Amino acid sequence: MMDRRSFVKKVLNGTIAGSLYLVWPMGGDSLEIPEEIPGIKGKDYDIHHQEFAFIVDITQCIGCGSCCVADKREYNVPDGNYRTWVERYVKGFSDQIYVDSPHGGLDGYQHPRTDIDEKIRDTFFVPKLCNMCKEAPCVQVCPVGATFISPDGFVLMDEKRCVGCAYCIQACPYSVRFLNPVTKVAEKCTWCYHRVRKGLLPACVEVCPTGARKFGSMKDETSEVYKILKGPGVLTVLRKEMGTFPALYYKGARREVI
Amino acid sequence: MDAAHSSAAMLVSNYVFPNDLHVHWSMMIVLYPYITGLVDGAFIIAALYYLFDVKSLRPVARFSLLFALAFLAIATLPLLLHLGRPERNFNMLLTPSPSSAMAGFGYIYAVSMGVLVFIVLFVYREDLVELRATSKGWLQLLYRAMTFDSIDLSKDALAFDRKIIRFLVGIGIPITVVLHGYVGFIFGGVKANPTWSTPLMPVIFLFSACVSGISAIILAYIVIRKVKGRSIDPDCIKTCIKTLTLFFIMAFTFEMLEVFSHSYLKSGYHHMVEGLLNGPLASSFWLWQVKICSVIPLFVLGVMGIFKIKDAIYNFTAAIVSAILLLQVLIMRWNVVIGGQLMSKSARGYTEFHPEWFDKEGILAVVIVMAIPFIILFVLSKIFPFWTTDNETNVK
Ligand code: SF4
Ligand code: SF4
Repeated sequence: MMDRRSFVKKVLNGTIAGSLYLVWPMGGDSLEIPEEIPGIKGKDYDIHHQEFAFIVDITQCIGCGSCCVADKREYNVPDGNYRTWVERYVKGFSDQIYVDSPHGGLDGYQHPRTDIDEKIRDTFFVPKLCNMCKEAPCVQVCPVGATFISPDGFVLMDEKRCVGCAYCIQACPYSVRFLNPVTKVAEKCTWCYHRVRKGLLPACVEVCPTGARKFGSMKDETSEVYKILKGPGVLTVLRKEMGTFPALYYKGARREVI
Repeated sequence: MDAAHSSAAMLVSNYVFPNDLHVHWSMMIVLYPYITGLVDGAFIIAALYYLFDVKSLRPVARFSLLFALAFLAIATLPLLLHLGRPERNFNMLLTPSPSSAMAGFGYIYAVSMGVLVFIVLFVYREDLVELRATSKGWLQLLYRAMTFDSIDLSKDALAFDRKIIRFLVGIGIPITVVLHGYVGFIFGGVKANPTWSTPLMPVIFLFSACVSGISAIILAYIVIRKVKGRSIDPDCIKTCIKTLTLFFIMAFTFEMLEVFSHSYLKSGYHHMVEGLLNGPLASSFWLWQVKICSVIPLFVLGVMGIFKIKDAIYNFTAAIVSAILLLQVLIMRWNVVIGGQLMSKSARGYTEFHPEWFDKEGILAVVIVMAIPFIILFVLSKIFPFWTTDNETNVK
């Protein structure tokens, strides 16, 4: 695990660091990427008194795809299926929106789109993952209770119970679920629950070079997510009209983002 | 919803969420509501005779029950073929999640199956008693069980049987309605899919179920009688066709109402629904489901209802219309189940579906699944005579 992660870090430092200084919002000194969730590691984990939040800051995402790579490696995600992915939004001067996500953004966005023949007004990247809905449709529809909400608020899968009916896949408004072609059961992003329980950040958060993916405890008043969520800034959730009450928030999400 | 406004603008980018490229519910999930629908419709015909005393349906009443039984017997097969882990299917019965619309299927199915089997046994008790008398060994034991160990065929006993049948059919109606309305709700309850999540879904499924079942009975009755060189009861066919007309008008109206309300209310992701019907589903929905398989039969059914037509032509037309309507319902199921999934939840694009031939949910598997009930029917026909009036050359 460590080897792989430090490898990813090295790759990131070596290849993208140059451009990072241009987009780094907090200055170069914060290149030290944290691994631990403050306030969790080494302490007793009381499952009934935990609350976590995930914030994606769209203004910071550079579409490098490191998170997707980390995720694919962490879970050995079969090709063509995605627990997380990054979308590229391109907005033309006609207000036309062009969205794509080749290989779920695994290879990063190294080339501009060539199929757009109008002047581009704006471009941004939108990472997607499980919204950890508090009213999760996937949990509601699962006929065998294989998908459930843990006391600490994570929507998780019991892959030993799942019958592979794919009802949850239909029900998830965000399409973050898929049927694993190898195990034949449903699979989804867990915000790296196994890591969180050890006090470690989710793999995608840890490797994100710009801090666009933020994760932390809402019980810890010093955590970044606590400060952002309790602060005055505007945060949004995806597809609010679905009534799913996500614990995943977006900072700087434009109205075009679905 | 701002994001969803300009429909033309959305489609240019045709962006499908990466996980939405796969269509997870494929042909077996098209068959599943189709098969339960056939059961429902056939049961309605039987109920009209046994409960509502529509005497003209007597020739097909018993057959309808057997037909329903043969199809109900395999209704779980497409589901099992569809499951990623079919060996775990008992989890649904053993540890059902009460919040899930799907979890109840096993129970509702078991109850319908039980009721239907009892109805058939009571309807055929006379025949079974006869068979019991002429059989030996374990076969006799079987018949003893099937006749509830009663050989009493007195007038009183048969009258009592009829009461039981009426009672069972009486509770059978809400059960079949629930069975199929429920199948519709499995789709209607998915709020993430704008073509499915409408309270009309169970209603549409229910009426189209009746259409397919009644059509199947008409077609099977005419074909089997013709092949066997037996007469076809004109009154029976006329009553069936009238019932079919009624149900089809309802079904078609509700199907169109759903499309109309999407485009009139312009709610949610209506531009995606419109784009779907006018894009990827343009031919399977507008051309096949609506024009060829709905408008034409509607017109023909109208002619059959208004004008006096010779029996032979009437029967021929009845068979053709029924065949088209059987296709209509199948296409409708396809358009709902597969069509609904072509629409990505990105609200920006549509995926594609290409049926496989040899997959466990492929075309060959579909053909085999649909052939099994006919084999079951054939076996059943050896024990349970289809027609009440088999010995008569002309039923009336
Ligand atoms: S695929 Fe598995 S987790 Fe999803 S609804 Fe079916 S049984 Fe539940
Ligand atoms: S985003 Fe989808 S998979 Fe995640 S909790 Fe919500 S409905 Fe379930």
